[in-house]
Amino acid sequence: MEIFHHDLNIDFLGMRKVSIVISAILLIVSVWAITVKGLNYGLDFTGGILIEVNYEQPVDVGDVRGALEKAGFEHAVVQSMGGTRDISIRLQPPKATDNKESPDQVAGEVSKRVLAALQAGNPGVKLAQPPDFVGPEVGQELKTSGIYAAIVVIIGIMFYLWMRFEKRFAFAAVVSEIHDTVITVGIIALVQREFDMTVLASVLAVIGYSINDKVVVFDRVRELFRLTRKAETPQILNRAINNTLSRTIITSVFTAITMASLWLFGGTAVHGFAITMLIGILVGTLSSIFFASPLLLWFGVSKTDLMPVTKENPELARRP
Amino acid sequence: MSDFPRWKYWLVGIVMVLGIVYAAPNAFRPQPAVQIVANREAKVDQALQKQVAGDLDKASIPFQDISIEKDRMLVRFANTEVQLRGSDALRVALGDDYTVALNLATTVPQWLQAIGAHAMPLGLDLQGGVHFLMAVDQDAVLQKQQQRYLDDIRSTLRQKQVPYDVVSLSGDGVQAVFKTSADRDKALDAVSGDNTDLNITTSRTPGGGYALHAAIKPDVLDKLAQSTITQNVTTLRNRVNALGVSEPLIQQQGQTRIVVELPGVQDTAEAKRVLGAVASLEYHANDESVNPQEAARTGNVPPDDRLYFTKDGQPVVLKKRVIVSGDELVDASSGYDQQTGLPNVNVTLNSTGARKMLDFTTQNVGKRMGVVYIERTPVVKIVDGKEVHSSKTTETVLNNAVIQGVFGKKFQTTGLTQQEAQTLSLMLRSGSLAAPMDIVQQSVIGPSLGQDNIKKGERAVILGLALVLVAAAIYYRLFGLVADIALVFNLLILVAIMSAVGVTLTMPGIAGIVLTLGMSIDANVLICERIREELRNGSTPLASIRAGYEKAWHVILDANVTHLLAALGLITVGSGAIKGFGVTLFIGISTSLFTSVTMTHAITALIHGRRKKLKTLWV
Repeated sequence: MEIFHHDLNIDFLGMRKVSIVISAILLIVSVWAITVKGLNYGLDFTGGILIEVNYEQPVDVGDVRGALEKAGFEHAVVQSMGGTRDISIRLQPPKATDNKESPDQVAGEVSKRVLAALQAGNPGVKLAQPPDFVGPEVGQELKTSGIYAAIVVIIGIMFYLWMRFEKRFAFAAVVSEIHDTVITVGIIALVQREFDMTVLASVLAVIGYSINDKVVVFDRVRELFRLTRKAETPQILNRAINNTLSRTIITSVFTAITMASLWLFGGTAVHGFAITMLIGILVGTLSSIFFASPLLLWFGVSKTDLMPVTKENPELARRP
Repeated sequence: MSDFPRWKYWLVGIVMVLGIVYAAPNAFRPQPAVQIVANREAKVDQALQKQVAGDLDKASIPFQDISIEKDRMLVRFANTEVQLRGSDALRVALGDDYTVALNLATTVPQWLQAIGAHAMPLGLDLQGGVHFLMAVDQDAVLQKQQQRYLDDIRSTLRQKQVPYDVVSLSGDGVQAVFKTSADRDKALDAVSGDNTDLNITTSRTPGGGYALHAAIKPDVLDKLAQSTITQNVTTLRNRVNALGVSEPLIQQQGQTRIVVELPGVQDTAEAKRVLGAVASLEYHANDESVNPQEAARTGNVPPDDRLYFTKDGQPVVLKKRVIVSGDELVDASSGYDQQTGLPNVNVTLNSTGARKMLDFTTQNVGKRMGVVYIERTPVVKIVDGKEVHSSKTTETVLNNAVIQGVFGKKFQTTGLTQQEAQTLSLMLRSGSLAAPMDIVQQSVIGPSLGQDNIKKGERAVILGLALVLVAAAIYYRLFGLVADIALVFNLLILVAIMSAVGVTLTMPGIAGIVLTLGMSIDANVLICERIREELRNGSTPLASIRAGYEKAWHVILDANVTHLLAALGLITVGSGAIKGFGVTLFIGISTSLFTSVTMTHAITALIHGRRKKLKTLWV
C-alpha cells in the first residue's frame, strides 16, 4: 500500500516564502501567547493548595466557582475531574504571613474554609481526600530545572549534528527545533490548557521527536548532495523532502495513533501529556516539510560543504 | 542469507527468550498482604501463626494464606479493603511485640524469583499512598552551630582570662568586642588555636572597641547541612519503620529536601505525627550494686534506679539521675582510634555538658555509663468514638561502656564494630541534632485511584500497540508483520529491562512506554521505504533488502542518537515525573535500535534468505 506516489515531486521549496511567513506569524503569536497571556501553570509549578471535593448530586462548575467567589476565594481554578460530581479546586497559597504556621496547617485551614463555603450553597459535598499542597519555592525550582533540561538537550543535539553533519545543518535543526517547541508551548498557552509536570515532560519529548524528523530529511539531503553531480540546492532539497515524505507522514501517523489511544484511554493523569505530544507531532511534521529545509537554503548550504574531506586534500588535487 | 552471520541469529534468539522471561513477572499481580515482624525477643513461629489465624477468625476477617518467610510472616488477603481491616485487627491483637505493616505479596513463581526476575515496583500513582516533601530548616542548623561557637569562645576567653566587653551572634558567626587591641590579639591566638573551622577577622567597632569576628567557614557549613540531611533521613527511616510501612521511599532531593513516599498509607495525619516525633538522648550512670539479670527476672529495682533494655534485649540497670542530655551534645562522628586503629565514636559536648561530664568522670573511672535513646511518638486512639491523644515513649539503651579515664568536652567510645560505631554516632546525632523540618508538599493517592490508573494505563498500551500493529501490517504487508513482531518484543524487552533494573513504574512511565511504541516503529518505516525504493530502482529483491538495511542504518543511528540525547537530558536534569519518563524513553529507544534493526533483519533473512529465486517482495 502506498499513500504517496513515489514519483511525487511537489515544489515545497517554491512555497518557502509563504511557509516562512506562516511560521513567523505562528512564532510571533506563540511568543505573544506565552508572554502576554501566560501559561496556565499547574499546581506543580505555582505552588498552592489542591482540594478535591465530591458532590452527592451532579453540579455545575460555574456554581462552584460562584460559591467560592462569594466566600472571597477569587482566583480559584475550578475544574471538573471527569464526570459532574468530582471537582478539583486549585488555590494560590495565601500570602505569607508573619505567623509561624507550617504550610501544612495552612492547607488544612483553607480546605476547611472552602468546604464551609461550598456547603453553604449545597450541603451534599465533602472532601474527597486530604488537601494536597506544594510550596511555591518547589514550583520555582521545577520551572528552572525544566528550562535547564530544554537548554541542555538542545545544546547536546546541536553538538552531535555539528560533528556528524555540518554546522549549517546543526543550526537549521536547532532553529526549527526551537520553532517547534515554542509553537507547541504557544498553542498550549493560547488555549490555556493546564501546564503541569507531565506537559513539561511531553514538551521535552517533542524536542526529541522533532529532531528525529529533521535528521531523517537532512540525512537524505546530505546523501543527494554527494550522489548528484550537478544540481541546484533548491532542487536537491525538494527531492530530499519528497523522497522522505512518505516516511515523515507514516511515522507521524503511527506515533499519533499511540498518543491518541493514550489520550482516549489513559485517563486524566496523562491527558495533558498526550495532547501536547499530538500538537508537537503535528507541528514537528509540518516544520520538517515546510520550514527546516528552506532554513537550510537560507543558511546557504551547498554541495561543497558536504563532500568528504579527503577530496579537498590538496595532495590529491595536485596529482595528474 | 550469507550476509547475516549465524551468531546474530543466536543473539536475537537469546534476547527474545530473556525478554519474555524477565518481563513475565509483571503478569503476576501482587496480592494485598499484611507483614508481621517481631520486635525485641518476640518470635515469628508456628505459635504466632496459630494466634494470628485465631485472631482473624475471631474478628471474622477472611484471609487466604499465612506463611513464614525467613523472619517475617505474611498474611494474604483477597483485596485491599479486607487487608486494611485485617491489619487494624492484628495491630491491636499483637500489640507492641510485633510490627504490623501493609504489604504487597508477590505471586511470582519461585523459579522466576530464583533467577532474579521481579515485577516492576509500582509508583504511588499506581498503588496509592502518601507523598511528602520535607524541607530542613537550614537557619535552625546555622543558629545551633553559632550558639555552640558562642559558648565555646566565651569559655575559652574565660579560661585564658581575656577580659571582653561582649560576645554576641552576628551574621553567620560570632563577634567578640574588646577594650584594647592587646586583649583582642590574645583572644585571637586563643580562639584560632582552638578552632580550625572558623574564619577569623578583626575590625574596629563604631564605639571604638576592638572587634573579633569569627565566621563559620562555608565548606564547614555545607558539610554540616549535608550531615543534617543524612541524619534526618536516618531518623525518618527509623520512624517510618515504626509506622509499619513496607518499602517506603525516603531520599534526599536537592540540597535541603527529603522525599518521603509511603505506599499503602492513607491516613496522612497519622503519618505526619509519626514523622514529627521527638527523640532525645540521655547519659546515665550504671548502678553496679544491682545484678541486671536478677532485676529483670524479679522486677525489683532500687527506687533511684530504672531497668532498661538494650536493642538486643539485654537488661541494664541505670541510675535515674541524668549526667548529660542530648541537647548538650554538639556532635558525634564515627571513626577510628588513632592509637589502636579500632572503630570508635567521637562525641563533642557543649561547655555546660562538658563541665558536668568532667565532674562525673573524675569520680567514676572504671565504672559503666549508659546512653539511653528516648523517642516520643504521638498516638491517637479512638475510645468511645472520641479521639484520645497520648504519646508512646520507647526507651532503649544504645550503648553501655566502661569509663576509661577523666574527660569533658570531647570523648570517644570504643569496643564497637565499625557498623555499630556508625549506627551509634547516627543515633546520637539524630537524637540531638535533627534539624526541624517543614512539610512543603503533600499529596495523597487513594488505592482505588491507583487501581484505576493501572487499568487505564494497560488499556492505553494495549490499544496503542494493537492499532500500530494493524496499521503497519496493512501498509507494509509481510515486512509490516515482521516489524510487528519486533515491536511486540520491543515492549517485552523494555519491560524486562525496567523490571531487572528496578525502575519504579509510574503513570508518566507508562506514557513513555506508549510513546516509545509509536516511535520505535520509525526505524522499520525507514527500512521498508528504502527497500521499496531499491526495488523501484530495479534491484533484485535480496539486493534490495541488503541495501535497504545498509542505507537506512546510518540515518536510524543519527536519528536515535539525537533522540537518546534528549532522553538523557530528561533524566539528568529532571526529577520526579520527568525523570521516570526520561528513563523509560531512554531504555525504549535503546532497545528499539536492537529490535527494529537486528531482530527484523534476522527474521527477514530467515524468511527470504534461502529462496535464491525470490521474485517479489511483500513490502
